[in-house]
Amino acid sequence: MSVLVVLEQRGGKWNRTSFEALAAGQKIGQALATPVTAAVLGSNIDSLATEAAAFDIQKVFAIDDAALEQYTPDGYAAALEQLIQASTPKVVVFPHTYQVRDYAPKLATRFRKSLVSDVVDLKTVSGGLSYVRQLFQGKLNADIPAEGDLQFVSIQAGAFRAAEPASATNPIEQFRVKLDPSAIRSKPEAPYREAQRSVDLGAAPVIVSVGRGIKEKENLPVVEALANALGAELAASRPICDNGWLPMERQVGSSGQTVSPKVYFAVGISGAIQHLVGMKGSKTVVAINKDENAPIFETADYGIVGDLFEVVPALVEEIQKTKA
Amino acid sequence: MKIIVSVKQVPARDSSLRVDAQGKWLEEADLTYEMNEPDAYALEEALQLKEKLGGEVVVLCAGPQRAAQTIREALAKGADRAIHIEWEERAAPDALTTAQLLANAVKPESPDFILTGLQSDDLGYGQTGVVLAELLGFAHATIVMEVEPQGDAVRVKRELEDGWFQHVSLPLPVVLTIQSGIKKLRYATLMGIKKAKTKEVKTIPASQLGIDLNSGLVMERIYLPTRSKKTQIFSGEPKQAAHQLVEKLKFEARVI
Ligand SMILES: Cc1cc2nc3c(=O)[nH]c(=O)nc-3n(C[C@H](O)[C@H](O)[C@H](O)COP(=O)(O)OP(=O)(O)OC[C@H]3O[C@@H](n4cnc5c(N)ncnc54)[C@H](O)[C@@H]3O)c2cc1C
Ligand SMILES: Nc1ncnc2c1ncn2[C@@H]1O[C@H](COP(=O)(O)O)[C@@H](O)[C@H]1O
Repeated sequence: MSVLVVLEQRGGKWNRTSFEALAAGQKIGQALATPVTAAVLGSNIDSLATEAAAFDIQKVFAIDDAALEQYTPDGYAAALEQLIQASTPKVVVFPHTYQVRDYAPKLATRFRKSLVSDVVDLKTVSGGLSYVRQLFQGKLNADIPAEGDLQFVSIQAGAFRAAEPASATNPIEQFRVKLDPSAIRSKPEAPYREAQRSVDLGAAPVIVSVGRGIKEKENLPVVEALANALGAELAASRPICDNGWLPMERQVGSSGQTVSPKVYFAVGISGAIQHLVGMKGSKTVVAINKDENAPIFETADYGIVGDLFEVVPALVEEIQKTKA
Repeated sequence: MKIIVSVKQVPARDSSLRVDAQGKWLEEADLTYEMNEPDAYALEEALQLKEKLGGEVVVLCAGPQRAAQTIREALAKGADRAIHIEWEERAAPDALTTAQLLANAVKPESPDFILTGLQSDDLGYGQTGVVLAELLGFAHATIVMEVEPQGDAVRVKRELEDGWFQHVSLPLPVVLTIQSGIKKLRYATLMGIKKAKTKEVKTIPASQLGIDLNSGLVMERIYLPTRSKKTQIFSGEPKQAAHQLVEKLKFEARVI
C-alpha cells in the first residue's frame, strides 16, 4: 500500500504544480500511514528522475519509453495502468493540469473509479480522511470521504505549498512498460504560441479587470472610465473575451495572461480558479462584486460589496476629486 | 455524419445557492435552470459540423423532467432530435456514473462525433466526456478550440496552459470536449422554436440502462467555504465606500 504521486514534465521541464501535488501526497501518506512514491513519465528522463529522488519519498518510478516522448492520452493511460497494476497504490495523486484533465479520467475509468478532481484541501474527521473539492466554480465546497481500495485524486494549483527537495538520494526504479505505438490513436503536432500580443498586461502597474457582472458590451465605458481615471490597463475575465467584447489578448487567467500589477481591480468577476491563477501575484487586489460570498473576496485585500454600476462611478468621482 | 452533443441542465449562474438542511445539495426551490454554458458552445460546433458534413445532430441529456426545457432549447437552435435519459438523480452523481448512463444510451446510435462541454458549471468535474470516450472505446481530445473534419479523421486545435496551443489529429469516432468561446452562439429563431415542438425526443428511464445508480463517490457534505483571509470590506453607501477605498489606495497602496 502506498500513495503514488504522478509528476508532470513536458520537454524535460517540470510543471511546478507537480510539487504541490507531491506535498498533498505526503499529507495523504501521513494521514493513511503509508509511504509515498512518485512517478515520472517520458523519454530520456534520467535527470528528472534524479531530481525527483531528492524529495522526501520512498522511491521514484521512472517510466522511460520512446512512445512517451510526446504526451498522448493513450500512451500515458496505458503506461500508468501498468504501473498501478504492478505497484498497487491505494491513492494516486496528480496535479490538476490540462494534461491530467486529458488522461486521468480515462485512466481511472480503466479501474472503474471516478477521479476526485481539483482537490483544494484535506480533512481528517474522527480518524477518517476526506478530500475537499469545490462546486459551482468555488462558491461551495464538498467533502468526499477517501474510501475504496484505489483512489484517484487531482490537486488544484495553488492549494498546497510545493514540497521542497530534501537533498536525499532515494532509489529510482526503472519501470518497463509494454506500449504498442500503433495503439496510440492521437497524433499530436508541436505546441505553439499565437503571434506576439500587442498589449503586455504583464508590465502594467495598475489593471482594471472586468467580468460578466458588466452584463453587456454597451456597459464597458463604465469600467473604461475607472481605468482612465487610474491610468490603468483594461483587462477581462474569459467570458468577456469569448463574447468578443474585448480582444482575447486582454484576458487574464490560465488560458490568458498572467499579471502581477501593484493593484488589480476585479470588477464583476466571481473569482474562478482559472481566473485567480492569472492574477494571484498582484500586490493588492480590490474586488467589487454584488455577491458577498463571491470567491474573489477570498483573494481580495479590499472589497466593496455592491452594484458595480453604482460603485464604479462613485469611485471614479472620488479618484478625480483626490487628484484634482 | 452522426453527431451527438451532450447537454446538461444546471442551476442558472445568478441563482442564490442555499445548502439544504441535510447539507447534501441545494434548496431546489430557490433555483432556476439553464443550459450548461460550454454545452451551448458544443451545440454550436455540432450544428456547424452538420452544416459542413451533412447528417444529423442528436442531443443527449441525462436529468430530471425539468431538463426537457433545455432539450427543447437545443432543438429550437437546430438539433434534429434528442435522447432524454430521465433521471431523478441523487444529489451530485460522480462522473463515472453519469458517463456510464450516457454511454449506454448512445451505444446503439454508433455516432461519428460526440461533442461535450469541457466542464459543468455546477459539479465541475471536467471529466464526463473523457470517461465517456473510454467507455465507448473512442479516441478523444479535450479543451478543443477548433474542429477540422478530414474524412474519417479529424484535426483539432487544443488549448494548453499559458497561451500555448497544439493541433492533434484523431481517427473517428471521436469524443471532443469543447471549450467556451470557440464560435459565436446562434439564437433560436421563432421558426426554430415552432419546429422544435414537433421534433422527436426519446425518453429512456435511467433505471433501464443497466447501471448501478447508487454506487460511486459520495459527497458527504456541502457547505459555504470559510474565508481564511481578512479582506477589508467597505460597506455603506457606494459614495462612502468609494471614499474609504480611495483613501486606502492613496495612503497604503499608493497608486493614486
Ligand atoms: C480550462 C478552462 C480555462 C479557463 N481559462 C480562463 C481564463 O484564462 N480566464 C478566466 O477569466 N476564466 C477562465 N475560465 C473560465 C472560468 O472558469 C470562469 O468561468 C470565468 O472566469 C468566470 O468569469 P466571470 O467571473 O466574469 O463570470 P461569472 O462567474 O459569471 O461572475 C460574474 C460575477 O459578477 C457579479 N455581478 C453580477 N452583476 C453585478 C453587478 N451589477 N455589480 C457587481 N457585481 C456583479 C456576480 O456576483 C459574479 O460574481 C476557464 C475555464 C476552464 C474550464
Ligand atoms: N447529466 C448530463 N447530461 C448530459 N451531459 C452531461 C451530463 N453531465 C455532464 N455532461 C456533459 O459532460 C460535460 C462535462 O461535465 P463534468 O464532467 O460534470 O464537468 C458537460 O459539459 C456536459 O456536456
